[in-house]
Amino acid sequence: MNAWILSLPKEKNQIIRALQEAQKREGYVSNDIIKELSNYFDIPIVEIEGILSFYTQFKRVKPGKFIISVCDGTACHIKGAPLVAGWVSEMLKIKEGETDEKGIFSLETVACLGCCSLAPVVSINGKVFGNLTRKSLSGIIKRYQKEGVEND
Amino acid sequence: MIKKIKVGLGSCGIAAGAQEVYNYLQSEIKDIEIISVGCIGHCYAEPLVEVETESGSLFFDHMSATPKDLKRLLDLNNPFKFNKNRSNLEKIKVTKLAGVINPISFDEYIDNGGYEALKKALSLSRDELLNEIIKSGLRGRGGGGFPTGMKWRFLSAKEESHKVLICNADEGDPGAFMDRSMMESVPHQVLEGMLIGALATGATELIIYVRAEYPLAVKNLSIAIEQIYSNSLNNLNGKTVSIKIKEGAGAFVCGEETAMINSLEGKRGTPRFRPPYPTDKGYLGHPTAINNVETFANIPIILVEGGETYALDGTQGSKGTKLFALAGDIPFPGLVEVPMGITIGEIIYDIGGAEKGSVKAVQTGGPSGGCIPETYFDTPVDYDSLKALGAIMGSGGLIAIGKNRCMVETARYFLEFTAKESCGKCTFCRVGTTRMLETLERITGGEGVLEDIQFLEDIAPKIIKGSLCGLGQTAPNPVLASLKYFKHEFIEHVSDKKCLALQCNPLVDVYLDQSKCIECGACVKTCPVSAISKDYVVDNSICTRCNSCIEICPKKTIYRRVKGGVNG
Repeated sequence: MNAWILSLPKEKNQIIRALQEAQKREGYVSNDIIKELSNYFDIPIVEIEGILSFYTQFKRVKPGKFIISVCDGTACHIKGAPLVAGWVSEMLKIKEGETDEKGIFSLETVACLGCCSLAPVVSINGKVFGNLTRKSLSGIIKRYQKEGVEND
Repeated sequence: MIKKIKVGLGSCGIAAGAQEVYNYLQSEIKDIEIISVGCIGHCYAEPLVEVETESGSLFFDHMSATPKDLKRLLDLNNPFKFNKNRSNLEKIKVTKLAGVINPISFDEYIDNGGYEALKKALSLSRDELLNEIIKSGLRGRGGGGFPTGMKWRFLSAKEESHKVLICNADEGDPGAFMDRSMMESVPHQVLEGMLIGALATGATELIIYVRAEYPLAVKNLSIAIEQIYSNSLNNLNGKTVSIKIKEGAGAFVCGEETAMINSLEGKRGTPRFRPPYPTDKGYLGHPTAINNVETFANIPIILVEGGETYALDGTQGSKGTKLFALAGDIPFPGLVEVPMGITIGEIIYDIGGAEKGSVKAVQTGGPSGGCIPETYFDTPVDYDSLKALGAIMGSGGLIAIGKNRCMVETARYFLEFTAKESCGKCTFCRVGTTRMLETLERITGGEGVLEDIQFLEDIAPKIIKGSLCGLGQTAPNPVLASLKYFKHEFIEHVSDKKCLALQCNPLVDVYLDQSKCIECGACVKTCPVSAISKDYVVDNSICTRCNSCIEICPKKTIYRRVKGGVNG
């Protein structure tokens, strides 16, 4: 069993925290981790799957190196979030919820990043880019493609 | 003479590049103290830098990490002409320290009067303290508007030794960022409010349930909690309280009290039946009260001012000030603090800077609220007036909807959100919101019929009646309000098959005006689906309406127009 699991308090209400920690470490929640947590907390696997499918934060498949989250909060929506998502799709040839073949980019839409005054925005691995136009977005994505490393 | 340089490093600022500016200033300026502060509230001007001089503060907007802007700053040339109170209509009380102090500096908070309110609270009896809150007339800022003092009195009356006070920081409604700003900018103010709440209610366990999408807020709160522990401020008259942060996992319904409690217990965040009310049986069976971030941030102010003085601001039924996250189609979006009772028009025109006639409605309360049309912009902002219009105060998101936006599409958007976020427990909410969404999609897709509008009007009250929690009970609001004030737009969509706002793609054509075209080829090259022919005609059966050509055309000869239209 993973050492970090053993350091968690053995209380059932810690399960969400444990799943969050697992995702932080691996980028997603794997079947193996679910089994280990099920044993450790004595919670049936089906119940853990129930929790995972309920909360949008959890990923069950390994995401790409860069996760592009297109904000579709109200302000972003009326300022063209659906267009932005379409642009990303078209530039990277992936649809929402997908990861490209090389495992570099994933695309998702999220409810609201709270940067409404800079709408429309996307965040790439947590770094937010605002006031997007097709041109600025294309520049940002090219930069990530080229560098292949995070620039913060 | 420059005393200090402050860079606003809230999430908005960072998104606009303030971190780069901060790093650059740090590396270029050695002899002046450069500090990072939270949200200054003027998001449209980010990155925003404040230069404190002997004769007052100067602000510099849209700073970049370049020598040119560095020179502009150090010569104190071209400062940004703004009045920190955008107009004299704002009333800065709760956000007084936001963007002024370093959020994670305990000393700065203390130097600015921090924890004085807690000190005062410690000298009062629990009854005196509760009376002070009740006298202030403070109502929950999360949207419900329940009197805070009453809620705390309920919890205080419980005899159990283990009581829980939760701060609801699961700011899920799209378009709202007041709570994020407060937690990022003045985490101690929120925590001080919670500690006073613990005194007033006898709670010993304090939990902050915060959205995982707010990493900076989580970080700043964690640091502030450590500082509270190391200064033993969590020791309240000999009783030690614990403060914990719990990160949410992305479920809008968890903003609902009982769903949040389930989530905290490690379960699926579905709501529970009430009674028992959380104040009777809440988190892990302990009596529990839940208040919003902004509510807690108001508490220290009430203590310092006294409840009666606090109640001087606002209207008969709604006291104090309210924070609004102002966004959408206005020139000056940002965080504003206004006294209750100010009119919507004053916020949109005088503070937001919108031109008269440019905004056709505002949406308050996000997906649980409704739109308010321009004709009602003289309505005062308070809990009861907004409710009477079919909207709600909500937590404070205020989105201006410009005259070129489609209200049907906006309503569809909110329903898409609630249908997705419905937890599935109640049939009317689960199935009803999905049916409403399908109907709205038909209408925006050009396939709607008049009966669809009747269907929406028919099913909405049933969803409201048949749902257990606030999510379902309010989900139809955006549609009902749009139908009330903008029914003609729905009828245009179904009867004339027209979206005059040119937003609903299936009802829109993309048209290239060849008389002004210079045949540069930019559009042909950029079109991702090759819908523009070599002789510059758009094939609308292929076009995905992605706007790429419209954006790239140097002569602006390509535009959207009503489907089948002849002239623009």
